[in-house]
Amino acid sequence: MFVIHCPWCGDCDGTEFSYGGDASRQRPAPDADFDTWYDFVYLRDNPRGPHDEYWQHVSGCRQWLKVRRDVLTHRILATGTPADNLDEVAS
Amino acid sequence: MSRYSVFAIVRHALSGNRDWQPAWRDPEPKRHYDVIIVGGGGHGLATAFYLAKNHGITNVAVLEKGYIGGGNVGRNTTIVRSNYMLDDNARFYEHSLKLWENLSQELNYNVMFSQRGVLNLAHSKAQMDAYARRGNAMRLNGIDAELLDREDVQRFVPELDFSDNARFPIWGGLLQPRGGTARHDAVAWGFARAADSLGVDIIQNCEVTGFKIDGDRVLGVETSRGVIGAGKVGIAVAGHTSQVAKLAGLKLPIESHVLQAFVSEPLKPLVDTVITFGAGHFYLSQSDKGGLVFGGDIDGYNSYAQRGNLPVAEHVIGEGVSMMPCLSRTRLLRHWGGIMDMSMDGSPIIDRTDIDGLYLNSGWCYGGFKATPGSGWVFAHTIAHDEPHEFNRGFRLDRFRRGYALDERGAGPTPNLH
Repeated sequence: MFVIHCPWCGDCDGTEFSYGGDASRQRPAPDADFDTWYDFVYLRDNPRGPHDEYWQHVSGCRQWLKVRRDVLTHRILATGTPADNLDEVAS
Repeated sequence: MSRYSVFAIVRHALSGNRDWQPAWRDPEPKRHYDVIIVGGGGHGLATAFYLAKNHGITNVAVLEKGYIGGGNVGRNTTIVRSNYMLDDNARFYEHSLKLWENLSQELNYNVMFSQRGVLNLAHSKAQMDAYARRGNAMRLNGIDAELLDREDVQRFVPELDFSDNARFPIWGGLLQPRGGTARHDAVAWGFARAADSLGVDIIQNCEVTGFKIDGDRVLGVETSRGVIGAGKVGIAVAGHTSQVAKLAGLKLPIESHVLQAFVSEPLKPLVDTVITFGAGHFYLSQSDKGGLVFGGDIDGYNSYAQRGNLPVAEHVIGEGVSMMPCLSRTRLLRHWGGIMDMSMDGSPIIDRTDIDGLYLNSGWCYGGFKATPGSGWVFAHTIAHDEPHEFNRGFRLDRFRRGYALDERGAGPTPNLH
């Protein structure tokens, strides 16, 4: 069971959140080339360890947040707003 | 290798069962093989078997980082079916099902394949229409499918909830009579023994830690037991494909997710088919030992932990009780998680890569077990001929780039929804 720290609501049960996937990907500019878009839409690093990901607090404040979670242990290492740099939040 | 038969059982009984031989050898790795298969799961072992049997390539090694039967081939719900709608999937899985039908004879090993039928329940008029469409698509591809109405289903599985209180009343269902279950460990052991008897080296406790690549040509693998040269290398490590492929510099359209499965305490015979719930994702069968084997959705977030979380377990069990209320006081015996390669369209990838001599078998999502013989069969062909067989031509790695996603569910590039 996850307890995710929402930057707006505090610690909340993981079932209140919906998963939004890999947050390390940067949406390309609309006129970016085909390979850049292909990489963004289809390819994933899929690391076995710390993973930055989006979650949405759907049963709470409905805000999106960014979570750094170790996908091997399910341990949550840091959370922040989507604009936060988790390296700074974690330290 | 001596054949297993009733005469062998009698002969060994008369000699006090003292001279049974191990089912496969435990060789030291050679310095070079024609083909190395990374991953000694069901698919890797099947690939080695069909390389030797169908293509005469016997200088083959299967490298397994743990032990045979210790990965996903021992972590599934053992269901075998081919009830797919899209042509490329239907052709492949039906070929695999036909291999299942003769597998015990072919391997000289009883894989306990039981064609007890797979029944998908429908709970609305719209779902009946959708199943009629899928059943028609299956029959056009030569696959058996029968559309059942409510009374048919009640005769077939009377234990389901046919009361007026049912939250999701049963309207009917789609039955594939030739579907069923098999004994998962026997599949791994049977392929291992049969491949070994054709000369394949099965090397356990041998983890691949890197690839030897010269320019764009693979020369071998680095392992925890030294460097081993190879003409060709096939990767069949579903669950950890991204990690192994990364060693060769590949980035793939795959995410790893955890799928939980459950076994109840042993019960007297209750369910003599495979049932899937139509108002949620839930599937149930009963093993020969009496345990109810069931599962549901993946947990929904990236994970390499071979264990899931309680909210999904609670959801899956709730679905089971909704479908079959008599299960409510059944106790769980075991519960575990396995790591799935979730691909971007829910379909597998069996193809060459951009590196000459390096081949990929991955992206099995929930569906790897039933594909075991078919996957090995087409992967062996792809490796031997350096091009896909007709049965896996829809499973190309570049299909996403070319716009030919094979998306049975129509969920788009969202791996946790397939």
